[in-house]
Amino acid sequence: MHWSYFIAVPDPTAWLDTSKLPVLVLACIAVALVLYTTYSRHGRDGFTVRKIAGLSAVEDAIGRATEMARPVLFTPGWGGDIQRPTTLASLNILSHIAEKTASFDCPLLFPTHDPVIMSVAQEVVRESYARSGFADRYRESDIQYVSSSQFGYAAAVDGLIARNKPAAIFLLGTFEAESLIFAETGNSVGAIQIAGTDSTIQLAFFIVACDYTLIGEELFAASGYLSSNRAILASVRAQDLLKLVLVAILVLAVIWATIDPTADWWKV
Amino acid sequence: MIPRRLPQILATVFGLVLFLLYFSSHPTARAINQLVVDSYWQIIFGFAILVGAFSFLKVNLQAIDRGDHRWYRLLSIIGLIAMPLTAIIWGRGGDSPFMWLFDNIQIPLQSTVFALLAFFVASASYRGFRARSLPATILLVAALAVLISRSTIGEYIWNQFPIITDWIRNYPSMAARRAILIGIGLGSLTTSLRVILGIERAWLGSGR
Repeated sequence: MHWSYFIAVPDPTAWLDTSKLPVLVLACIAVALVLYTTYSRHGRDGFTVRKIAGLSAVEDAIGRATEMARPVLFTPGWGGDIQRPTTLASLNILSHIAEKTASFDCPLLFPTHDPVIMSVAQEVVRESYARSGFADRYRESDIQYVSSSQFGYAAAVDGLIARNKPAAIFLLGTFEAESLIFAETGNSVGAIQIAGTDSTIQLAFFIVACDYTLIGEELFAASGYLSSNRAILASVRAQDLLKLVLVAILVLAVIWATIDPTADWWKV
Repeated sequence: MIPRRLPQILATVFGLVLFLLYFSSHPTARAINQLVVDSYWQIIFGFAILVGAFSFLKVNLQAIDRGDHRWYRLLSIIGLIAMPLTAIIWGRGGDSPFMWLFDNIQIPLQSTVFALLAFFVASASYRGFRARSLPATILLVAALAVLISRSTIGEYIWNQFPIITDWIRNYPSMAARRAILIGIGLGSLTTSLRVILGIERAWLGSGR
């Protein structure tokens, strides 16, 4: 790209794209709510988080793997890269799981399709092992890049599951057609499986084939839930408040459309 | 301390700048957006794929040394070396060795793994669609109705089948799907904000 492109004659009226104004307003409300719930004392306290069965089972699943002398397998799926919030949420959960596997002295296998995710995951797991006081138990070769090809990755993870017979499998991230291949292979080796994804199509497969499934926003709330970090949980509360704002807009739009069928202001 | 804080500072600065640029259609804003999202990403990925290939080689060579599934590992390494090597020597034309390997080995292998899905759908359905509770029974009935109506025989059995299944797909199923999607959208938004604002740092590996 030539730098002269940056000094092209600008159109001053285009600095703010007015067609995106409603999104900007909603984004500002979201930022304000997250800042309020996270940094104000009133916002951080005085609420409880409901029990999420899939997350409560994490420690039991790792404990079971330790007792059976079998590894834990964690994979973030083929559909996401490091830019995706789901992948970041998945790596945040990996950090907590790695702390547990380190203290339980249970091997943690992490195959991935993306070398960038592999590099970040290696750092996350290494630091988690160091934080739990067992840095010497960390094995870099357990966090491995297998293939960027979808079914090459699926075959590699399937092979890892069949050969190593992990007792606990975490399928957390963005999955596509490989989701059911993993879930069924994991089931065939008798692993406890905890899954969660942002793909609604693959979610149906996980609900049918896995022991626990994190649905929708549960995946994004998981790191706060597992760490009991009030600041993170407070931002989860902001999610609920945003949901209330959306429900209010939906109800208003339904009433408005009933009274005036020609109205369409909500389509912006 | 600075090396640990640097990734967070970069995430905050680039996150905020790209967030603001999204709301601008100015050519400069779009150019910066494209430069960061496309060009920077390609540069990072280019280096990362080298790290990935090196890691793949290292893991497999160590496993061969230990005698851990030696032949599978050796085949993987041969594949990793053969594909780029044939492309470099003979090119990637229609009748090149690279395309022969791609068409006759890689594609059939991928198709084979994909075909496993048909069997896994059957086994997962068998386990999942058991009427153990009221929600499981509703799932079973809805799944059977959709399955029958989507097959050619459905309309011959009862001509109302397509109407009923269209209603199931367009109303209760779509409503649940949209509710989940709203939750995912809000979850993505707050996760991004937590990362940009530095509230959540577990992804950096440097505590919470």
